[in-house]
Amino acid sequence: MIPLSWYIGLSAVIFIIGLIGFLVRRNLIIMFMSIELMLNSINISLVAFSHYLQDIKGQIIVFFIITVAAAEAAIGLAILVALFRNKNSIHTDDIAEMKG
Amino acid sequence: MNPLPFPDLMPFAPEIIMLSAATLLLMLELFVKNRTIISAICLAASMGVILILPQSQGITFNGMFINDGYSMYFKIIFIVGLVMTILISLKYIDRERPQRGEYYSLLLFATSGMMIMASSKDLVVLFLGLELMALSTYILAGIKPLNIKSNEAAIKYFMLGAFSSAFFLYGLALLYGLTGSTDIYQISERLRQTEPTLPLILSMIMIVVAFSFKIAAAPFHMWAPDVYEGSPTSVTAFMSVGPKAAGFAVIGRVFYVAFESIQSDWSIALIVIAVLTMAVGNILALCQRNIKRMLAYSSIAHAGYMLIGIIAGTSESLHSVLNYLLIYAFMNMGAFAIVILLEKGEDIEDYNGLARSHPIVAAIMLVFMFSLVGIPPTAGFVAKFNLFLAAINAGYLWLVIVAVIFSSISAFYYLRIVMNMYMRDNISETPEILLSPSLGIAIFVSLVMVVAIGIVPSLVVG
Repeated sequence: MIPLSWYIGLSAVIFIIGLIGFLVRRNLIIMFMSIELMLNSINISLVAFSHYLQDIKGQIIVFFIITVAAAEAAIGLAILVALFRNKNSIHTDDIAEMKG
Repeated sequence: MNPLPFPDLMPFAPEIIMLSAATLLLMLELFVKNRTIISAICLAASMGVILILPQSQGITFNGMFINDGYSMYFKIIFIVGLVMTILISLKYIDRERPQRGEYYSLLLFATSGMMIMASSKDLVVLFLGLELMALSTYILAGIKPLNIKSNEAAIKYFMLGAFSSAFFLYGLALLYGLTGSTDIYQISERLRQTEPTLPLILSMIMIVVAFSFKIAAAPFHMWAPDVYEGSPTSVTAFMSVGPKAAGFAVIGRVFYVAFESIQSDWSIALIVIAVLTMAVGNILALCQRNIKRMLAYSSIAHAGYMLIGIIAGTSESLHSVLNYLLIYAFMNMGAFAIVILLEKGEDIEDYNGLARSHPIVAAIMLVFMFSLVGIPPTAGFVAKFNLFLAAINAGYLWLVIVAVIFSSISAFYYLRIVMNMYMRDNISETPEILLSPSLGIAIFVSLVMVVAIGIVPSLVVG
């Protein structure tokens, strides 16, 4: 049996990879993928907790998170398409109409 | 196993009204081209919510949803914000983007999300309400698809909003692992029995970060000025009141109840954030040329003042935060209504000589600016006075002194607009004003409320 701490460690590592990806990368799609990575790392830890606590609630939360992430992806990509039509770029350095 | 009994829907009735109105509008906008009818439906739904609110107290959905005095007060604030937004956007949004009705539907969906947030007794419900609110406001920020500033506002808001949601969820997952529950009251009970551990502190910090994004508190405020500037002004007005109040609603519920046992830890984290927020908001507002950006920094600063009330941790201070949010809703909505009234008025220079060309508009703006600074006899003074008094009673004198110093700095940038209006001459042509009846009503109501609460504080205090 794999101990709980391994799952939590894996989840923390993936979360941090996503976090660094979001902060370092400059392409909006890759930044968005980093957010998805963070959300999925949370799903791993929730499922692991749910199994070790012998409580179904954690797995139900995972379904909610997956659903919300799908809605978020739909809206985020729609906004991205609208931006790309006007700007012809999805690089964050090019998106600097407003500053200060 | 017995099937679960059918849930008591009465505590959820306000949300049901709001959500059905929002869904109805989605379909109705296909056939009804008259915006006045659509906004009348929104106003009717808001009235329905207000009327049914007092009868809808209780806990439902297996203890996941609670409608108590606390959430009812917040719902009134959300409805005030919604009604004001609808009134000020009636003509404005037609000018900005004709032939689209989903604007009103999204406003109602966002408000439903906030109402669910304020009423959530369970962190999962809180998360769903938060996302319903956030996803709707992302679209509202980008409601002008051909305007590049609006696109940029939407993408920035979306990216950072989704990022902060991930933080909240990580905090939620850790809390679930620690306590085996997502119910806020059960978490509180189980945490009281154990010593604070590192994962608990980590989860608290994650949730502080997530909520700081939502209320635009420094150092997680960087999205706010860009989003406020790029969004249509009516949406900016909506965002500066509703989602901020919703953020405070969940901060109050989660920190006062779930994290009750580690109050000394989270109050330290919030003190740092509050001082930083007041400093960043007030100092960066000094060098803004665009009035929407300036109001964005001012709303950051106000979030800092309100955090003091949360930190103080007494029921008196929590009450003063609620009052502050209601008063802030009126004065901020009023200021944004004036910004909408002057079509070209996005630049602070555009206000030069306004007192000569439009003396009444200038005088009304003067009242709102005085109220935002906190000069008596306006409502802003009552709000700040009560908040600071509650914090002093709770023993946070030094924090109040810091807040008062920053508050006096804020007088500079608010009164600069007053100075531009009254003491400078207009170089270019006189600005046009676009008064519609609904906008007039919105300005009148907020003006009356700001002055009335300022003169008779007992209207809201107590």
